[in-house]
Amino acid sequence: MNNLIEFAYLVASVLFISALRSMGRPDTARRGMHLAAAGMLVAIVATLLQQRIVSYEWIAVGAAVGAIAGYPLGMWVPMTAMPQRIALSHAFGALAATLVGIGEYWHSLHAGSLHTFQVAALGFEVLLGAFTVTGSLMAFGKLHELLPGRPITFPLQNVMNLAILGCGLLCLAWVVIAPTSQAAFFGMVAIGFVVGILMVIPIGGADMPVVVSLLNSYAGLASCATGFATSNNVLIIVGALDGASGIVLSIMMSKAMNRSFANVLFGAFGSPPAVATQAGSGGEMSATSPEDAALRLAFAKKVIVVPGYGLAVAQAQHQVRELGEEIEKRQGEVRYAIHPVAGRMPGHMNVLLAEAGVPYDRLVDMEDINDKFGEADVALVVGANDVVNPAARTDPASPIYGMPILRVNEAKSAIVLKRGRGTGFSGVENDLFIDPKTSMLFGDAKQSLSSLVSEVKAA
Amino acid sequence: MIIIQMYVFVLAAFTGFLTISRIPPLLHTPLMAATNAVSGISLVASMALAGAHNGFIPTLLGTIAVGAAMTNVVGGFLITDRMLAMFKRDPKPTHSANSIGR
Repeated sequence: MNNLIEFAYLVASVLFISALRSMGRPDTARRGMHLAAAGMLVAIVATLLQQRIVSYEWIAVGAAVGAIAGYPLGMWVPMTAMPQRIALSHAFGALAATLVGIGEYWHSLHAGSLHTFQVAALGFEVLLGAFTVTGSLMAFGKLHELLPGRPITFPLQNVMNLAILGCGLLCLAWVVIAPTSQAAFFGMVAIGFVVGILMVIPIGGADMPVVVSLLNSYAGLASCATGFATSNNVLIIVGALDGASGIVLSIMMSKAMNRSFANVLFGAFGSPPAVATQAGSGGEMSATSPEDAALRLAFAKKVIVVPGYGLAVAQAQHQVRELGEEIEKRQGEVRYAIHPVAGRMPGHMNVLLAEAGVPYDRLVDMEDINDKFGEADVALVVGANDVVNPAARTDPASPIYGMPILRVNEAKSAIVLKRGRGTGFSGVENDLFIDPKTSMLFGDAKQSLSSLVSEVKAA
Repeated sequence: MIIIQMYVFVLAAFTGFLTISRIPPLLHTPLMAATNAVSGISLVASMALAGAHNGFIPTLLGTIAVGAAMTNVVGGFLITDRMLAMFKRDPKPTHSANSIGR
């Protein structure tokens, strides 16, 4: 029987890996996920056959509650709420790992079967797990705007956080040396929870893509540790895959911001908004009217739309798609330029635009589209700021210097949709907005886009 | 035993890095949703704890863990599928050969 179970886990692992492989292309991804779901089913059925399981009623209770809670989280959450939805599910995954860790420790402690390696694995599991639970909940709070999105900082914060984290690691070492010291084990759990809160509150909204990816990775590593503690290979494999996925994404996101991990995690300090003291290069923004902007869009041959977080905030993805279709009806060509960190999570803009019905072959990544801005008659920037700031290329004094940007300033002209005249998240002046080729269309993105649509229709 | 588990971990992590690096940024959000769904595999460990008669506390913790993991499985697979269903190719082929883009 045990061999059969192990074999089922192997089958499940192969299905999971094939599923990830099929995520490499949009036309195979969906079928791939059906494979993964089949893998999950195989793994669950195999587990139910385990000799250790003697009764099913509590499993059924948990599964029923989970299924009832999971359905709305799967079917009803709008695409604009995807970042916080993902953060929340990191918290669920990590919570499961943490509770299993505590339960297994408790069980082995009272059965007198604790051994060093198992305790080390359980220790990692609960420390990482607890950290990820509260960290993800904080990220959820920030993304859902229950908590202020700006960094919350206080003096000596980094020193304090590292000291507390150090205590956690000390507890881990203690538990490994003396497996039965419950105080150290539960102290570690508590420290994990506290550190998760403290590490995420100082991180600002725009850095969330890195944080969410990193938490994804920690949640994976926590289930990996579960696998080590309970000698379960399918957990080790899936945990490693998740961990790798989170790390790959975090590295990509950090690169797209030209920042190191350390800088994202601890960067809210030391560089209190390196405020744009040199108040821009002293130019004026020139505002335009929807009528004028629409006329230019209607007669443009090539238009590149640059969506940013502002698009998600205004929930204007459908209006953008409509505007694109109107321009295409007039034989204009429309492409969407996607910056890797536009939005609050990896791929945020792609999902929003796909939801609105923009075909995915119109969504072009930064490296592929940057050379094409020169040919574009109009670049339409919707709620993006830092990712189009030319200072990142030209001004070594700028806090965002070195970050790869979309080269909107190379387009023949640009129209920028912006709520008001203020600076973006990083508080950095944007020379694109005072460029003579740029006209600003102030107002709520959704309303501006709607009036552009009707004006283009009328033009 | 431990060394075999280390082998499994290292090879799986390696496979993960190679596979994930090939996934285009277009699908990064569905990828995160998918890894969340798949991470519901901790259900395997949670069920073992909830279903074993190991005492009140382990059963309680196991049951909550089953609930949390099941939430990710159900919610994760549903939302990933919903998201992937939205990614559609242009029904009519792109009009000019030297178009902007790929």
